[in-house]
Amino acid sequence: MTDLNNNQTPSLFQHGTLTRHQRWRLIKDNVAGKAVVLGGLGVIVAILMIFFYLLYVVYPLFGDAEVESISQYSVPEIQTGKTLLLAMEEQNEVAVRFTDQGKAIFFKVESGQTLSIKSLAIPENAEITSFSQGAPATGVIVYGLSDGRAIIAKHAYKISYPNDQRLITPVIEYPMGKQALLIDNDGQALEKITVKIEEEVTTVVAITADNRLVLSSYSKEESLFGEDNLEQTTSTLNLGTMNVDYLLVEKEQRLMYLASKKGYLSVYSIADKSNPELIQYLSVTENGSEISNLTFLNAEISLLIGDTTGLVTQWTMIRDDKNQQVMQNLRSFKVSDVAIVSINSEQRRKGFMTADANGMVGIYHSTAERELIKQSVSQSMPVYLTQSPRANAFLLQTADNQISFWQVHNEHPDVSFDSIWKEVWYESYPKPDYIWQSSSASNDFEPKMSLTPLVFGTLKAAFYAMMVAIPLAIMGAIYTAYFMAPAMRSYVKPSIELMEALPTVILGFLAGLWLAPFVEANLVGIFSLFMIVPLGVMIFAYCWQLLPKAIRHRVANGWDAALLIPVILISAWFAFAISPLIESLCFAGDMRVWMNDSFGIGYDQRNSLVVGLAMGFAVIPTIFSITEDAIFSVPKNLTVGSLALGATPWQTLVRVVILTASPGIFSAVMIGFGRAVGETMIVLMATGNTPVMDLSIFQGMRTLSANIAVEMPESEVDSTHYRVLFLAALVLFLFTFVFNTLAELIRQNLREKYSSL
Amino acid sequence: MMIKDWFKSGSPWVWLNAAAVSTCMILVMGLLILIAVRGLGHFWPSDIVEYSYIENDKKTLVVGELVDTSVMSVKMAKESGYKLKNNTDTLIQHLIKTGNRDISGMDFRWIQQQNIQSERHPNEMIAIERREWGNFYGRLVSVKENGKVIATGEKAWPIAQERIEQALELFDEIEHLQKKEIGSINYQFERLRLKQKSLELKGEWTAEAIKSQDREKAALDKEYKGYQEQLAVLYKQIRRDSLVASESTGTELEIPLESIVHMTRPNSMNVFTKLGQYILKFGDFVSEDPREANTEGGIFPAIFGTVMMVMLMAVIVTPLGVIAAVYLREYAKQGFTTRIIRIAVNNLAGVPSIVYGIFGLGFFVYILGGNIDALFFPEAAPAPVFGTPGLLWASLTLALLTLPVVIVSTEEGLSRVPKSIREGSLALGATKVETLWRTVLPMASPAMMTGLILAVARAAGEVAPLMLVGVVKLAPTLPLDGNFPFLHLDRKFMHLGFHIYDVGFQSPNVEAARPLVYATSLLLVMVIIGLNMFAISIRNNLREKFRALEGM
Repeated sequence: MTDLNNNQTPSLFQHGTLTRHQRWRLIKDNVAGKAVVLGGLGVIVAILMIFFYLLYVVYPLFGDAEVESISQYSVPEIQTGKTLLLAMEEQNEVAVRFTDQGKAIFFKVESGQTLSIKSLAIPENAEITSFSQGAPATGVIVYGLSDGRAIIAKHAYKISYPNDQRLITPVIEYPMGKQALLIDNDGQALEKITVKIEEEVTTVVAITADNRLVLSSYSKEESLFGEDNLEQTTSTLNLGTMNVDYLLVEKEQRLMYLASKKGYLSVYSIADKSNPELIQYLSVTENGSEISNLTFLNAEISLLIGDTTGLVTQWTMIRDDKNQQVMQNLRSFKVSDVAIVSINSEQRRKGFMTADANGMVGIYHSTAERELIKQSVSQSMPVYLTQSPRANAFLLQTADNQISFWQVHNEHPDVSFDSIWKEVWYESYPKPDYIWQSSSASNDFEPKMSLTPLVFGTLKAAFYAMMVAIPLAIMGAIYTAYFMAPAMRSYVKPSIELMEALPTVILGFLAGLWLAPFVEANLVGIFSLFMIVPLGVMIFAYCWQLLPKAIRHRVANGWDAALLIPVILISAWFAFAISPLIESLCFAGDMRVWMNDSFGIGYDQRNSLVVGLAMGFAVIPTIFSITEDAIFSVPKNLTVGSLALGATPWQTLVRVVILTASPGIFSAVMIGFGRAVGETMIVLMATGNTPVMDLSIFQGMRTLSANIAVEMPESEVDSTHYRVLFLAALVLFLFTFVFNTLAELIRQNLREKYSSL
Repeated sequence: MMIKDWFKSGSPWVWLNAAAVSTCMILVMGLLILIAVRGLGHFWPSDIVEYSYIENDKKTLVVGELVDTSVMSVKMAKESGYKLKNNTDTLIQHLIKTGNRDISGMDFRWIQQQNIQSERHPNEMIAIERREWGNFYGRLVSVKENGKVIATGEKAWPIAQERIEQALELFDEIEHLQKKEIGSINYQFERLRLKQKSLELKGEWTAEAIKSQDREKAALDKEYKGYQEQLAVLYKQIRRDSLVASESTGTELEIPLESIVHMTRPNSMNVFTKLGQYILKFGDFVSEDPREANTEGGIFPAIFGTVMMVMLMAVIVTPLGVIAAVYLREYAKQGFTTRIIRIAVNNLAGVPSIVYGIFGLGFFVYILGGNIDALFFPEAAPAPVFGTPGLLWASLTLALLTLPVVIVSTEEGLSRVPKSIREGSLALGATKVETLWRTVLPMASPAMMTGLILAVARAAGEVAPLMLVGVVKLAPTLPLDGNFPFLHLDRKFMHLGFHIYDVGFQSPNVEAARPLVYATSLLLVMVIIGLNMFAISIRNNLREKFRALEGM
């Protein structure tokens, strides 16, 4: 029955399904088409995104700092005296104010609400005559007293987590005991004082009312019975009429700086605490300006000197040509046109912050020579400026007894275009230099991130690789494309191209563990190889054409290369066989020793020669393949025409074929160069990876790519180092992209030219 | 012909060009032969030589395998501080693998040819491959059971072999228990811990949940104890026997059978038994786990990791690459834009692989992975699950890296499909998608295969980006096992290429590890060359096929 029914209404029914089916097909077509477009575009966008992602990571390096006002309040407990020191703890929650009445007021940073007032253990019959801060990160302070004594204290913060809430409890500690220390035996008032406490040694230097400099050093020594004995060394220096307004001792307690407002700086060596020694006396200001501020940069290797004209200069102790210690002005910053009121150094980086008399603050980085921000933050004159330990906030006290709390966003002050590409004069280096030294053990050590030596190493490695690859690949390609018998070509071309797929890690491993020792042992052999093999080939070729035709014609046209294999092998063997002879005749038995003795050329086992050979080998197939294609696709009518006009094959090749194919050959070289620049594993394994800038073929290098491979896994996410490594990747990316695009454009033009011929 | 004329004819230059090709070929072949010889030689049981040697005017015996020989000129040797006999003109030194690291503290030593008095190949010399301390060379003294000697001298040999067989079986059993069964229990414990944490986070850690958790834990504990007991029995059995062997100086050493992998007498073996041993050792090499900081044992986890990573990558890269190619060739309007896109895609193939690595680390691992962790695995915090380098990210990164290869190859295949076929299909009423799906794509499929194979070959050999996104020197577990969800995309894995780098350059005992690196290299080269040859042959076939079609 059903069959019958179907037969009865075939056309209508089928028509209905067909249209529905048709519509369904159209919908499918439409949807699939859209999906492909979407997917295709998506994929392409995704790969292009790499570039933008790299840029996105790198970008914050060059951004300016931002400051943001959080709150403002009047100075807490103003009745306890004038502010001598403001400081914050690490979490930016609690701050402390030390006053000239010997009080420490701890208050909430955000609201100014007083948490506690602590009185320091100032003896009753003495008055406070001086004050100073030790190394800011330690929280140590010292009060100098009118009776020649001093009291050393420290503000510290205990963190506990009651009810899973962070609670910061401020305390005052006395690292040298609660008892005041006698600094001046004559009991004179201490007018200026400074202190440095390190684990073993504590040094206090003070200037007394009768202008004597007294130095007391306490070293902890463990006695036989496990008790700590304090051993004191003292010395006195009569300063006479010398005016000392600033007194500083650096962290290592080896150097002491005295300066007067007039701009005269005396540097003393106090390595021997009992006998301070003047190293240098110099003027550090110009045009009659006066010093308005003197402080250490983090790590206390260099001094920051602010003057009344708004100039900040950085000075450091270096060894000059005569190996003498001298103070050197590294750089200066024009911060303002009016006097600088306060300079505050960051505790973990080489940055500092200034405030001038007009209420303008600026954040700077010394090594990168960057001004990160300059902003007016107060109408009234600043009195005291302090940054938090992480340098992500600051407190500013102004003359109208207000304290303002600001947040700072300044993640990457330590890198600038100049510090990455140009020579930088680092602290205690004798001259400006390009240095890559990114790892840092402590906050005091400054990472040195100049990409120049890495780019130099990259180009050097690529250069030597190209020296090996270009002649072999291009000459080989010319022969393969133009002279070689087709039967042989069908074997040779794929085998050389196959090498492109060979993992570079294997080449690198062979280069590092097999080739490098081999080259070291057969240095002369390697060099004589370059001369003897071509010579051997020439001699063979000359002799060959002297042979009778009957023998010569046995080798089919275009199979000459096969004939040469034994020739090359024999001449290579010969080169190594006579190398000991050459070595003993010309190089006194050992070329490496000879080079070092005669020219001072050092030899590194994993050097540029090894890299050149290994990476040249890796690049040969790339260049070979593209060059071969370019030459092979030169239209036959051109060559035939040239040959018909009586040119020899060689003339045709040089004057017609290579000329026509030259853009293709050029693009092959560029693509090969791009590959050599980006190659990682070979350089990683075949060089010592030392970032030196040395053109010598016998020295190693560190390349951008190897550097990324070595350092990236240990780099902290979003740190400056991390972003600089991304910058290195971006440089690599752009480099190869530009080269490849150029090559590709040339190739496409060439193709069009051929198709018109 | 005069030399001048000869030069004028240009033929010397042609010869020089020919020499360049020959040099390239020599280099290529030489490299392959070098790897092959060094890699294959590693497994051959070489003879144990007993040298009577004079050292500091005293006579000693040096026993071991000859590994390498170096020749040094007299002058260099003198400068390096060697004392030479008067009538020699070169200093010949041999590198001997002496083994017995537990006794002498080193595996290798150099001896001078001039001080060798005689060399012998005693038949009774044994070589023992051990799980710790490297190889042992010496003579078999006796076999012990529970500390009592049960056989000595020549009789000891068959008994020792028999007992070693037994011990190996026991060892396999123990391995199975420890890795599979107990590993699985540990994994379940960890899952329970995470479940508890996740319930706590959600606030659903109720008394009922605690009860069911405790029940499961108790069950697992019981199972665990059972396995522990089994293990204890097995350990007792495997530790029963030991053998005593004497070293060249006569020192006797007791070696427990549990630490022996093989014991052979290479000097008394003929070529066929050596071949058998060779195959056995090669089998071990590809199927066993590495030992002694990767410098001994096999490379199975590295092979497994490489294959897993490459397969995952292929799964990701194929659809993406094909869709992009289809879009470029079939849907996009050909013009300036497509030209730009093609140039860009071509260029991406030339972008250094380390750039892909750094992108993978920054984008996939830290951004994507970090967000996945925050969304789906809050209970695991602070330990990252996907926010750390792992298999998935490595595969994704390499997929991105090889995408241009697949796109270019597929596009080429699509462009080779004759227009007439498309037109014929459309004329018969098929829609564009139907034409694509039914005729064009199947015809282009060999080209896609080629692209995929080339991509796989490239990915298998790539190391630099993997160092950043998931490869480790020693992964405790494979990314695929019997525990749910079976495929662990978040795990780190081992890789052949990285294994070469790591063992060759980061291991403490490079000399001992070198043959192993050659063998690994050989394996990798063979896989990659095989894949490439396969791709090339597919491509050639395809070309032939379409040439025939175009001729119609």
